[in-house]
Amino acid sequence: MTMSKNIFRHEFKMHLRSVITWSVAIMAVALLYFSIFPSFSQNAALLNETMASFPPEFRAAFGMGDMDFSTVLGYFSFVYLFLQILLSIQASNYGFGLVSIEERELTADFLMVKPVTRPQIMTSKLLAVLAILSITQAVVWASTFGFINAFKGDKTYNAGILVLLLLGLIVFQLFFLTVGMVISLLVKRVRSVTPYAMALGFGMYVLSAFGAMFGESKFEKITPFKHFDPHYIIQNGHFDTPLVMVSVAVIIFSVAASYWLYVRRDIPAVT
Amino acid sequence: MSVIETNNLTKYYGKARGIVDVSFNVEEGEIFGFIGPNGAGKSTTIRLFLSLIYPSSGSATIFGKDCIKYGPELRQDIGYLPSDVFYYEGMKVIDLLKYSGSFYHKDTTQRMYELAGIMELDLNRRIDDLSYGNKKKVGIVQGLLHQPKLLFLDEPTAGLDPLMQREFFQLIREENERGVTIFFSSHILSEVQRLCNRVGIIKEGRIIEIADIHTLQQNNYKKIRVAANGLDPAYFDMPGVNKLERHNGAVRFFYKGNINAVMQKISGLTVSDVTIEEPTLEEVFMHYYE
Repeated sequence: MTMSKNIFRHEFKMHLRSVITWSVAIMAVALLYFSIFPSFSQNAALLNETMASFPPEFRAAFGMGDMDFSTVLGYFSFVYLFLQILLSIQASNYGFGLVSIEERELTADFLMVKPVTRPQIMTSKLLAVLAILSITQAVVWASTFGFINAFKGDKTYNAGILVLLLLGLIVFQLFFLTVGMVISLLVKRVRSVTPYAMALGFGMYVLSAFGAMFGESKFEKITPFKHFDPHYIIQNGHFDTPLVMVSVAVIIFSVAASYWLYVRRDIPAVT
Repeated sequence: MSVIETNNLTKYYGKARGIVDVSFNVEEGEIFGFIGPNGAGKSTTIRLFLSLIYPSSGSATIFGKDCIKYGPELRQDIGYLPSDVFYYEGMKVIDLLKYSGSFYHKDTTQRMYELAGIMELDLNRRIDDLSYGNKKKVGIVQGLLHQPKLLFLDEPTAGLDPLMQREFFQLIREENERGVTIFFSSHILSEVQRLCNRVGIIKEGRIIEIADIHTLQQNNYKKIRVAANGLDPAYFDMPGVNKLERHNGAVRFFYKGNINAVMQKISGLTVSDVTIEEPTLEEVFMHYYE
């Protein structure tokens, strides 16, 4: 399962433009939201009142169940949801594309007739994407801390909880990356990556939103939007450990299954 | 030594037939032609050799080693040119070739420039901007730059103009003279005829004939054309005559059997012209497929 440096380098370069685009988008979203925090927090009383007048189901669906706009973390939990959606789509995108793009664009033949083993290819590709996702994560951490401190005014917040929330985003992305990867290997051919990635990202979000709207459901236990629910983390000061373990288990299983499937996979020919 | 040896190699895609019980050997230094129409299983066979796909049953060895188990190691010495070439978007030719070369233990730079020169390939262009024929040239350089000992060519000439085809065949012959074994899959028989020593004919996933190319042509039919005044095709109605037809005032047919019998028949005529020739591989081949 050793890595090939040349594949890693090649894969890293192939993703570089994409990660720059995503990073800029994430930074822009974060900047946009945080820049209106001062005005939000000033009128927080009014806003909280207005929000309270919406039906609770509606608020729950948008992750604003019992959010207090006036606090830094309360406001951040709202931003967090948008970050989660973006990051889930990005990670799913990379997951679905990891081996399927080569097969669809028929470059798999190029790579696989080289003197490398399938696990080597997989490991190199996976590590390259992990390096790429680290760039995204660095951007998320830097913009979160940077923008919060720039716009928080005289308000204070618990930095430990913020770190916890951000750590959650790492596992969260790994979930979508690995699940996307294993699904792409279970289907015969991924015609286009984006619809799959959108479906997985939004699908998981909708599951969690429905769960919040209609109360407890078994389905919501499988979605990382629930596993890393900011309200729980902010209220309790720690992760919902059993649910986080579900995410971790899914990640481990997906990686193992992906290797198993990839090593046995028939690479479809040009048709 | 057999460079390739297959034993009852079989591949099903689910229920769909790929190849069935394919067994043959390819000897060191030969150019082995692999002929069959589209969908007969030519690409499946090559993809099995390269462990791009896995056999349902049976096995194949290359250089005496199992081609799946020792695949990565064996591929150090294998070159592959697919019928259609596809490359990563946004790369320059030189970057792709260097990436390709980076997989091999040896330094491939010199050979890469040499081949690019022969193929008249501009290394600084982006691959996306290249014409189909030029992409194909990239494929050729890419498949040869590590000086493989065994070459798989899967319908390699599609998309090459006649001039480039000639260059390409020349290149393949030179590789062969250096001792490279070549497995050449094609449905264009004239090119197989020009290049190969032996051929295997595959039909609906099964090998139906393995033969020396000359034997294949000689042992079979003679192609005879006789022109004579007022000749009635029925005159040649005798055992061994096939596909008798009138053509431009002459009579044409294929003949298999004692050549003297047909010579005596011809000598009974006052002919204006006679030709007796080997059938082309195409004609032999059609016979197998009927």
